[in-house]
Order: sequence, then C-alpha cells, then structure tokens
Amino acid sequence: MDPIAVTMLRWIPLLPLAGAVVNGLFGKAIQRRAGKGAVAAIAVAPVVAAFAVSVAVFLRLLGLDPERRLLLDVVWRWLAVGSLRVDVAFLADPLATTLLLVVTGIGGLIHLYSTAYMRDDDAYWRYFAYLNLFTFAMLVLVLADNLLLMFVGWEGVGFCSWALIGFWWREPVNTGAGNKAFIVNRIGDTGFVLGVFALFWALDAAGHGTLVFRDLQRHAASLDGRVLLGVPAATLVTLLLFVGATGKSAQIPLHVWLPDAMQGPTPVSALIHAATMVTAGVYMIARLHFLYALAPATLAVIAGVGAATALGAATIGLVQNDIKRVLAYSTVSQLGYMFLALGVGAWTAGVFHLVTHAFFKACLFLGAGSVIHALDHEQDMRQMGGLRTALPVTFSTFLVAALALGGMPLTAGFFSKDEILWHAWSSPYGSALLWGVGVVGAALTAGYVGRQVLLVFFGASRVEARRAAQVRESPPAMTGPLVVLAAGALLIGFLGVPESLGGANPFAAWLSPVFASEHVDAAHAAEAAHDARLEWMLMAVSVAMAAAGAGVAYLIYRRPAGSADALAAIAGGAPYRLLLNKYWVDEIYWAIFGRGTFALARAGAWLDARIIDGIVDGSAAVTRAIARLEGGFDARVVDGVVNGLAAATYALGGRLRRLQTGHINAYLYVVVGAVALVLIARLF
Amino acid sequence: MDHVLTWMTFLPLLGAAVVLCLPSRSPRLIKRVAFAATLPTFALGVRLFAAFDRATTAYQYVDRVPWIASYAIDYFVGVDGISITMVLLTALLCPLCVLASFGIDKGVKGYFALFLMLETGMLGVFVALDFFLFYVFWEVMLLPMYFLIGVWGGPRREYAAIKFFLYTFAGSVLMLIAMLVLYFGATPHTFAIPELAPGGAAFDPRTQHLLWLALFVAFAIKIPAFPFHTWLPDAHVEAPTAISVILAGVLLKMGTYGILRINYGILPAATFDLAFWALAALGTFNIVYGALCALAQSDLKRLVAYSSISHMGYVMLGMAAFTPQGLNGAVLQMFNHGTITAMLFLLVGVIYDRAHHRDIAGFGGLAAPMPVYTAITGLAFFAAMGLPGLSAFISEVLVLLGSWRAHPRLTIVAASAIVLTAGYLLWTLQRVWLGRLDERYAGLPDVGAGELATLLPLAAIVLVLGVYPHAVLDLIGASLGHLNELVRAGAAAGPALR
Repeated sequence: MDPIAVTMLRWIPLLPLAGAVVNGLFGKAIQRRAGKGAVAAIAVAPVVAAFAVSVAVFLRLLGLDPERRLLLDVVWRWLAVGSLRVDVAFLADPLATTLLLVVTGIGGLIHLYSTAYMRDDDAYWRYFAYLNLFTFAMLVLVLADNLLLMFVGWEGVGFCSWALIGFWWREPVNTGAGNKAFIVNRIGDTGFVLGVFALFWALDAAGHGTLVFRDLQRHAASLDGRVLLGVPAATLVTLLLFVGATGKSAQIPLHVWLPDAMQGPTPVSALIHAATMVTAGVYMIARLHFLYALAPATLAVIAGVGAATALGAATIGLVQNDIKRVLAYSTVSQLGYMFLALGVGAWTAGVFHLVTHAFFKACLFLGAGSVIHALDHEQDMRQMGGLRTALPVTFSTFLVAALALGGMPLTAGFFSKDEILWHAWSSPYGSALLWGVGVVGAALTAGYVGRQVLLVFFGASRVEARRAAQVRESPPAMTGPLVVLAAGALLIGFLGVPESLGGANPFAAWLSPVFASEHVDAAHAAEAAHDARLEWMLMAVSVAMAAAGAGVAYLIYRRPAGSADALAAIAGGAPYRLLLNKYWVDEIYWAIFGRGTFALARAGAWLDARIIDGIVDGSAAVTRAIARLEGGFDARVVDGVVNGLAAATYALGGRLRRLQTGHINAYLYVVVGAVALVLIARLF
Repeated sequence: MDHVLTWMTFLPLLGAAVVLCLPSRSPRLIKRVAFAATLPTFALGVRLFAAFDRATTAYQYVDRVPWIASYAIDYFVGVDGISITMVLLTALLCPLCVLASFGIDKGVKGYFALFLMLETGMLGVFVALDFFLFYVFWEVMLLPMYFLIGVWGGPRREYAAIKFFLYTFAGSVLMLIAMLVLYFGATPHTFAIPELAPGGAAFDPRTQHLLWLALFVAFAIKIPAFPFHTWLPDAHVEAPTAISVILAGVLLKMGTYGILRINYGILPAATFDLAFWALAALGTFNIVYGALCALAQSDLKRLVAYSSISHMGYVMLGMAAFTPQGLNGAVLQMFNHGTITAMLFLLVGVIYDRAHHRDIAGFGGLAAPMPVYTAITGLAFFAAMGLPGLSAFISEVLVLLGSWRAHPRLTIVAASAIVLTAGYLLWTLQRVWLGRLDERYAGLPDVGAGELATLLPLAAIVLVLGVYPHAVLDLIGASLGHLNELVRAGAAAGPALR
C-alpha cells in the first residue's frame, strides 16, 4: 500500500524551528525592546500551530480507511551514495500521529506553563529558543521516514537536553549533569548507529539495502538466517538499536544520567525528561517492531531490562528527599514498564502507557514545579509539608496525577499499567516472574508517590519561616496546564479500556494498522485465548498490591515522626544507605570507566611526549652530532641521504636566529634560492 | 574559463610579487593588497564550482604544455572531483586566513608575501597532474610554511618549525625515490599521473608494495598518522592562528589527497593489499588515540590539534573500505574537517588574542562577557562532535557505514570513539566557556566584526552541508566511483602478495 503524498507534515517541525531561529538569533533584542511577552508569543504560537496541524493530520487519517492511513511528505533528497538513499521525508501513520499529538499538545501546555515559571529569568529568550528547538528535534524524530533522519532528531533532542540541563551554566554542577547526560546518551547512540549500519548491510546483501521504515518492513524477512559476527542478524541489529534505547530512555545500565538531569528548569524535566524525549527509545522499538518480532532473544533482554529497571528505580524512589528526584526515578521506573511491555511483544500496551504516562508525569513534574516556585526554589521534601491548603489547585491536580501513577482504578495509569501486567503474564514471551516483578514494582510505585504526596501536602508545615509567609498558588498560566493534564491523567485511560472490562479499546484499534503486519504480533495470538476471569483476578491482585503500598506509606508518613526513621535504621541502616546512594552505581561507573578513560588518556599523552618525541628529538640530536663531525669536509658529504638533508636543514634553522633580526626580504631570497636549488639538484 | 586553474594557482604568487614592491612602512596597505590578492582565486573557485561537470570522470580544465622536454616533464594541471573539492577548500580558507592575520605587526610584508606563496604552493599540489610538478609544488609549499612558523610563531617556534620541516622533508625524500622508480619503470618514461595510472602493473608485487609504502609514509606524515604525528601539536601550538588554520585545514588533507591520487591511482593492487593495516587499522587507531590524547591536554590549541589527528583517522578508515559510502565519506570528511577545524583554530585565536594564554584551567565562564563567541564556539564544538544536522555528521556516518561492510570490528571501535569526542569537547566547553567567570576576564570584549567575518562563512557552510551534503557529494561522486572501480579491478587482476 502506497502512502498518500502530502506537503502538510513538514510544517509540524518547521514551525517550532522557526520559533527557535527567531528567538535564538534575535530573542535578546526582542526581549529588550518588546519585553518577555513578545518572546513568549514567538515561542508558544508555533507549538500551538504545530498542534493544530497535528490535529488536522489526525482527522485526515481518521477519515481514511484504516489500511490507507499513511501520509508521506518528501521534502528533499538528503543523501544518495551507492545503494544508500535517504531523504528528508516525513511520515505520519497512526503511531507517529499519536506521538505528534502528545509532543505538540503536552509540549504546548509546557511552553505555556514556562512563560510564567521562567518569568524572572534574564535568559528567557534563550530558554524558549532551546525549548522550541527541542520540540523541532522531537518532531523530526517522530515523523522521520527513515532511521538516519530519526537519528537526527534522536541526537538533536539530546543536544537540547544538554543545553537545558545546563541552562543555568554558571553552576558547574548543572553543566556537569548536562555533560553526563550527553555522554551517557552517546554511549547508547554508538549502539544505535552500529545497529543502523548492521541493518543496512544485512539487507544490502539480500539486495534490499535501505533505511526507510516502509522498505525495512517490506524486506525485514530477508534478515532470517543471516549471521553477523557470529550472531543472527536480526538479534544483533535489534540488540544494538536497543542499546540506543537504554541510553535515551534511561534503562539499566545507562539510567544514571536521568536523575542528574533534574538540574535543569522543572518544565524541562516535565517535557524532555518525562513526557517526550525519554520515551524515544520506546517509540523507536515500536516503530521497528517488525524487526524485534524476528528476534525473540532481544525481546527477552528487553523484558528483563525493563522489569529490572521498573523495580530497581522504584526502590530508589522510596527514599529520595528531593521532590524532583523522586519523580525522576519514577520516570525511569515507568519507562521500565514500557520496555517490559515491548519485551513481551505488547507493542500497543507499551505505546498506551507512553501516552498516559506523558499526561500524569508531566502533571506531577509541573506540580512539583509549582511547589518549587511557591517555595522560592526549595526542592527538599523535608522542608515542605501541609501545602494542600496554600496550594489548592496544585495539590488537587498533583493528587489526581499521583493516583494515576499509583495505578488506582479508573485513572489512566490503571488501564495502561494493567494492560502491561496482563501481557507480562499472558504473552508467549511473558512469565509469572515478569508479572510478579511488575506487581511488586506497582506496590512500590504507590508507596513512593504516596510518601511524596504526604510529605509535601499533608502533615504539619516544615517550610522555613522566611518562605512560609509568601507561599501562594501559582498564576493561571501555570495552573491551567496542570488542570488540563490532570484531566488527561483521569480520562485518557478510557481510550484503552480493555475488552475484558467491556471497553471497545479504541486506542488499540487506532494503532492496529501499524502493528497488525504480516509479522504476527505474538501477544495478539494470546489474546485470542482471552481468559477474562484470569485478567480480572490479576487486576485485582495488582490493585490490592498498589493499595497496600499506598497504605504502608500512609502508616509510615502520616504519623508525626519516628516510624520512617525506625525503618531507615533497620540492619544498621545498610539497606537505607544502599537505596539512598542509588546502589552506588555512579561511584562504580566512575571508578571503572571514568578513571580508566583518564588513565588511558594520560598514557597516550605520555607515549607522545616521552617515547615518540624522545625518538624524534634523539635522532635529531644524533644527526646534528654527525653533521658537526662531518662539518670539516662537507665537500665529501654530498651523498644526499636523509640524514644529510636533515642536518643541512637543521643547520639552516640554527642560522635563523641571526636572520630574524635582518631584513624580511632576505627570507624570501632564501626561499626562492632554495626552490631553485631543489629544482636544479633534481634535474641535473 | 581558459586556463582557469593556472590563473587560480599563480594569481596569489603575482599578489606576493606586488606585496614585495609595496613600502614596508604602510602595513595596512600591504594587508589590504594581500587580501585582494586572494579574492580572484576565490571568485574563480566559485565559478569553477558552478561550471564543473559533475557527471564525467575525466580531468577537467586541463592545461598541458611541455616544460622540460628532455625528461618528458610537462606543466600539466587539471581537476577531477577529488581535487576540485580541495581546491575550493583552499581558495575559501586563504582569504579568511588573510583576514585573520590582520593583527600581525611584525614583518608584515614578509608574512603576507610568504602566505601568498604558500597559497600558490597548496593550489599547485592539488591541481598538478604531473608527478614532478606535484613534487615541486609540494616543496614550494614547505618552505614558506617553515618560515611562517619559524619566524612568526610562539616561544618555541624554532623547535616546532624544524620538527615540521624535518618530518615533512623525510617524507619528501621517500616520495622522490618512489617517483623516480615509477618514472623509470614506465615506458615511455613519464611523470604524468594519468599515464602512470595504473602503472604499477610494470612492477613485481614486492616492488609495488615497497613503492606503495614509501609513498604512504610520505603522505602519512602529512595526515598525520600515528606514529608520524608528533610534529603536528608542536607546529600548531607555535604557529600563528592563520597558519594553524592552513595547517589543519589544508595541509593535512594533502596527505590523504596524495594517497588517493598517487597510491590509489597508480598502485591499485598494492592499495587493496595494504589498505587494511595501513589505512583501516591505523586510521581507527588514530581516531581513538587522538581522542584520548586530546582528553589529556591542558593547552586549548594542543587539544584542537589532537582532535585533528582523531578526525583525520575517519578519512583513512573511510578510504580503506572501498565502498561508495566509505570513499565519499572520506573525501567529504576532508572538506568538513577543513572547515570545522578552521573554525576551532580561529576560535582559539580569538581568546588567545585577548587573554594571551591558552591554558584550559586558567579560564571559566567566558560565556558571560562573550556570548556571541560562546554561541559560535558551541556550534563549532558540536560540529566537531558530529552532531546530526551539521556537516561532519554526514561524513562520519558515511565513513562508518561504508567501513562496516569491509571492517565491522574496526568500525565498532571507531564508532565508540564518538563518546570520547563528546567527552573531551564537552569537558572543555564546561571548563572554558561555562561555569563561574574568572574576574580577570570579566571585561573581555566579544568577537568583533573582523572575527565574525572569518567565522560566519565557515559556520554557514557547516550548517548547509549538514542538510544539503550533495553540494559536495555531487562533485566527488563520479571520480570516486571511478577510482573505486580502478582499485577493485587492480586488486582482481594484480599479482599481489596475499
């Protein structure tokens, strides 16, 4: 089926790019002359417009037969070398359009929120230039019709992430966090590009070298039976690409950058480090699901990594005291659930959780931002408490989003998480172990977010006196987006009510043309043998576990003090310290990779300075000594060997010192004379 | 467009003659005349770019007249897709470098006369199609460079100049020997490169390999490939800014250009035999080793110099793949590295002019007094990192994609080095441009109009070639396809040692 040629898609990324260029080049002047309002308008308008175009794309697709839902916008020939041919071309299918709506919709809300949140910052224009540029790069990633263009967006969002984490660049801790994010992502990106290369040549060997998604899907089967570097080609390619996903989506073992990324402004954390960029790995795998379907070994790795990350990050989230760090670990953990879904072949469930998570996590981050804003940049939850009365809108929206994160029934998070857990159990790639890990993670999730709500909004106020007096609710530009996102966190789940609960699951139907390809979605086969009662039972268990998690949090943190401290002191405090220090992964990585790299670097520099230059300087000294010996009878030393030439040159150099004080023209005579000499010597 | 290449090559020399006739007491006039002298070559280069036939593999704009008839030596110039790229790069960088040299106040007349001579020498190397003529230009270029570093350089200029000269001269001698062997091996004796190619068939495999290695060492010194590279950091650190730009921007390319023109063209079978170790493995080592050494540097200019060593490794790796992607990527990388590293050295020059040192640890927070400077530096650094959307991304991806087919394991190592590249560049950005401002530098002025005039054209090229790489790829594609076929055919037919 051929895609429908359009020209509307290019405007979706181009509009934010235009905003970025205008604010990037002229923003400073605009801000000085016309004020921050003008800068904000230039930044927000293109994202809203891009959202409008995205909605138009969505409606256009809805109006088509499900099998015809494919729009293609070829902008120009980008790269055509040998059998490689990739264009700057954008493709909208139901999957890409879903992401489009999330990126431009939630992105637009966060732009709006930022206009108020960043109001006091002098570099307002720079902030919005980066935020627009990020939106552009993310949209390129989503709309790319080939892997190489996707990689442009992939590293483009990484660059913007770097720039925004280190936005307050005067503090080395911020720029350091940005560098860490970029470098860890680059490790993943190395895997990504190597996967792209391996994929291209594996297909090229079968005469189908391509990086265009549609053609990849058509020819993926020709990977079967091919072996690369001793590994089945499909497994190698998908594993390498998955390395890229672990970097971008902060999965074990490359998860370490995301918590540090919280050094950036809070709306950035919401947009980039929760709702959109970090889900790129999930999107990429969903986009290439037809390759992953060929590689069960890779799927097992993905499910394992996802489950481990979901559980591990949740345990760390239990003990963090920084309001944003809790959410950061929560994001790592929730992304783990998405990978768990992908790893059991439940593509739709993974993407559904991506969407619901974007709503409730963006809401939580922006709510945290609202709290931080009200408390004049206080982020330590031990310095909060009792804020529900002072910040009523922030509190109620935060609570809704927290319920969704905790998976409370009828919220968005409930539907998407339970769909993942169901597939983790029932898919041919699933197992009771994966399900069990997921359910324990769900309990911990409810526990850490319950703890957070209690510490921030309930109990007695622990806010410093100088701050307490001026605590007031944020302006409408901030609370407005909170309300919209909270509504989404509450309602968006009803798009994906499973059939076992009597829903029509329109979300799955919408995505089905993408995922129902000739490579059978393994999870679908399982669903044919749907056991509704089993699904209810599993659902009940996970809800009960989540409720228990929240209940335990209530018991511990609703009390004035004591029980939390008592828990922390268990076994001499060792488990608590282990979690508080994030299993010391940062320290271990630094000791091995950081120090190792610097040791190698010093070794290289030493080799250059001591060994190689030692030989060079030594041989020069020897040559000079010989020249001196032979100086008396140079008439006989005209045999023109290397040493002789070198010595003559060196002697000439020695005389330079005298020449330098002389006339400039003398050098030129020397040059011309030398050229003439060389010519004469060679000719006769 | 009659004799366009000859005009382009010798107009700067004419300019040098004019400069020499000007009175020494009016340095401003000298500088302006020198700048004007580079412009006709640049303008002709633009016309050449527009008029160049992108479909043919033949040499274009050929001028050929007998020079020394008794030895069958011709004045023989022409361009194909590979050399036109380098000619354009040289014609572009020279006016910018003259502009960047306007701050020179010692021996102004000599400096600019030598610089213009250097331009003639460089262009001559790229357009020469007679090996002897190539050799003459190679030497012509060496001498002004020697004086430009040795007289106008930093505190250790003499050491650096002599080191540069000796290294290169040692290579020249090897090249001379190989050239003479090739000359006498051809029937009838000739120095004309198109007639020598592929003349390697006249020699037994062992001789072919020895010839190839002699030529390779001569060129590898220029690239510079490990272990012949240690002249580069010293030369860069001591050379004045504009000369560093020329060194890294143009001179290093002569190494890889020479290998493509001479080794590939004349000795294709030996090329195929030796490319794995001499180019692919050594190139990969260069990439990793250069990046590691860059990480260990404390002098900003030395760091950039080592980054050149690393980035030229991609050229070597791509050349050794014998795939269209690898070869096109390699030549595109030569061009891209020329523009990006030129920016990097100009940017280092900007801060050196103001602070009079280049110690990375001695800076911090320059973004506060110099925001425009910092923005351009950011662009150049991320371009050097191969950020998608900027020019080097295309060339590095083509190189690595192309080399995966031939050498997947080496490609894995080479690709991993992009992490190191990001490491040393970001760490440097953080320490010099970001962070807390050192109060000594609070009053530094931002980049001026003159500095912007040198930086912005390069920045524009970096951006344009990232989104439209075919501006260069269309130039080089046909010639490289032809060269690749030549090597593969030579490998199939050649009685090489395998």
